[in-house]
Amino acid sequence: MKTNIIRIGSALAAVLVAAPALAQDLTFWSWRQEDRAAYEQFIETFEAANPGITVNFETFEATNYNTILSTALAGGTGPDVMMVRAYGGLENVASAGYLEPLSTETIPALADFSEASLAAESMRSDDTIYAVPFASQTQLVIYNKALFDANGIAEPQSWEELEAASQTLLDAGIIPFANGTATAWQNETVTFGLGSSLMGKDFYDELMAGTADFTDERFTSALGEIAELAATYFPDGFIGLDYASAQQLFGSGMAGMFVGGSYELATFRSMNPDIELGVFAAPGAAAEDEKLVGLYFDGGYAANAAGANKEAALTFLNYLAGQEFGQAFADTLSNISTVPGVTFQDPLLAEVNELKQSSIPYLMLAHFRYGEPSGSVLIQSEMQKLFAGETTPEAIGEALTTGLAAWYEPFKN
Amino acid sequence: MPQLRMTGRGLWITVLIVPPLAFVALFIVYPIFSAFAYAFFDWQGLRRGDFIGMENFHAVLFVEPYRSWTLNAFKNNVVVFFALMVLQNGLGFLLAYALWRELPGARFHRIAVFLPVVLSTIIVAYLFKLFLHPLFGVVNISLRGLGLGELAQPWLGQSNTALWSLIVAQAWHMVGFPTLVFLAGMQRIPGEILDAVRMETESEWVKITKIVWPLVAPSATIVFTLLFVGAFNWFELPYIMAGLDGSPFGSTDVLGLYFYRTAFGNVSSGQQNFGLGSALAVLIFIFIALVATVITVRLRAREIQL
Repeated sequence: MKTNIIRIGSALAAVLVAAPALAQDLTFWSWRQEDRAAYEQFIETFEAANPGITVNFETFEATNYNTILSTALAGGTGPDVMMVRAYGGLENVASAGYLEPLSTETIPALADFSEASLAAESMRSDDTIYAVPFASQTQLVIYNKALFDANGIAEPQSWEELEAASQTLLDAGIIPFANGTATAWQNETVTFGLGSSLMGKDFYDELMAGTADFTDERFTSALGEIAELAATYFPDGFIGLDYASAQQLFGSGMAGMFVGGSYELATFRSMNPDIELGVFAAPGAAAEDEKLVGLYFDGGYAANAAGANKEAALTFLNYLAGQEFGQAFADTLSNISTVPGVTFQDPLLAEVNELKQSSIPYLMLAHFRYGEPSGSVLIQSEMQKLFAGETTPEAIGEALTTGLAAWYEPFKN
Repeated sequence: MPQLRMTGRGLWITVLIVPPLAFVALFIVYPIFSAFAYAFFDWQGLRRGDFIGMENFHAVLFVEPYRSWTLNAFKNNVVVFFALMVLQNGLGFLLAYALWRELPGARFHRIAVFLPVVLSTIIVAYLFKLFLHPLFGVVNISLRGLGLGELAQPWLGQSNTALWSLIVAQAWHMVGFPTLVFLAGMQRIPGEILDAVRMETESEWVKITKIVWPLVAPSATIVFTLLFVGAFNWFELPYIMAGLDGSPFGSTDVLGLYFYRTAFGNVSSGQQNFGLGSALAVLIFIFIALVATVITVRLRAREIQL
């Protein structure tokens, strides 16, 4: 008996002494403060399957996240694994060499990811992937089903039907669109959430091929239509209405529609658990025009190139790229996971996933945020001017094309 | 014995001086010099590239689009400075005079005027954002209630009202500070002088312009200089009320926001440039230091020793 106790005791002591040497502690940074509980659950699953690796999840304020992360990485105190932004935001961090390059050798699951999602987490200069993409976001129109049903409105198939539906809501004393444009980035959301189908796939292809620029009639007339719709069917004084107030207008059921990203769905549901939501792609001019949503990728999970536990970090990234995590991510966070083969139990998410099959990239973010002035900064302030009646769609086309010519090669001539 | 006392004293002085000196050197002098140094390098994101001399300074001052952004932000700072000079310092002086003259309720008003200063800028900014809400804001609702519905506007969404809305919020927030400083200055004016004036005239106007104003010159020096520094470093209130981009379309953009955006990027532009940001910071620093010195020297010269 006594010897047993001694044996057990010494075994325990050995474990305690050896444990710190075996255990690999990973720090994992994120800007998703609101998802902490979910991530802790994911991490628990991972830790159970990978004994010896522990992951500490730390979150930071979203708007300053890139600054905090870059500063920490530059100072050598960065995390082992981190959420990074996509496109230009990724390049900011990756170009400094802080991120571990990834490939299908280190993360085999990446082979099945969509090309667009991997492009969002690659640098243009070396065509190398630096992060496992986690979610796609879709810019579309979210509507309040109960209000639509009560007023006998069906999902509009053409721009005219969209205007008619808005008028019906207005006549019923309901604000048709909740959106406000005082918060700069909301202007970009409204523009491409409403305008992607009006602009059309051909315009996008020609723009990318360098045969069209923003003075193109398809682009400028779309801006004109959007401004006209906003003037009549957005809330009174919408140019002074900030993002949070707009969300509240829709969440509280005072407004029928909200132009926004699929990320809003979870927000509206938590604001108002009884709200019944629907989504549609803003239509083109005619009913037969292809209905397009604006699609982009949110960010990805990356490993620190100078991290002390790189092997464990890669193990964790492999978990984050896997089907099991993708499914859990979609189920718990109501987000469109980029992991291929994930199914969506939530009918609304399934519909968003369906809608995103015909899309054009969320234009400025995907292609025009690589230099100063960025396309986003330009379109945001120019649309604010248009909504305030201080410019015209044609002038915006000019301003975008000449502004971007400062760094965007195809526009230089 | 005196020898020993001297070393003891010297030791004391050293012990007392070195820690704060080290603190200042580490947390103030070093960052300023490193920002100076950063401004001379080419930065890719946060990675320092080659030494490029004055190129960053040249870019923010003379190369588009930075040139017009810099000019626009600077112009707005100038407007803010002069507007606050009138609304905050001017009103502060009048309030101080009223309090000093002990008009009825002076005791209550002395506290009421200073109370907003104690509130955090974040609270004030949120409050005013709510007041100015286009649909539910107390300003628009009051206007509609008074039958002045056509005056109700999206205050923060129009280029001609946005900056002024912020200025009014700032003046409301800080007017208590110059009031207090002026009041302290007025209370130092000797009673004999005031008695002498009373023999000559009963006019308040003469009293203010000929006696009080010249004699509170030291207070004016302080509040003018501080307002100048504050107006050109303005950041928190516009950041909360108008956002990092100086919405709408740059009409509330000020140097502080512009510097932050340039150095650290923002979510919707994705660009970070420490070099340009540091160059801007250095220029702002030099400008403020030079002008503040000139203001102080000029205003000191007109102060009267009692």
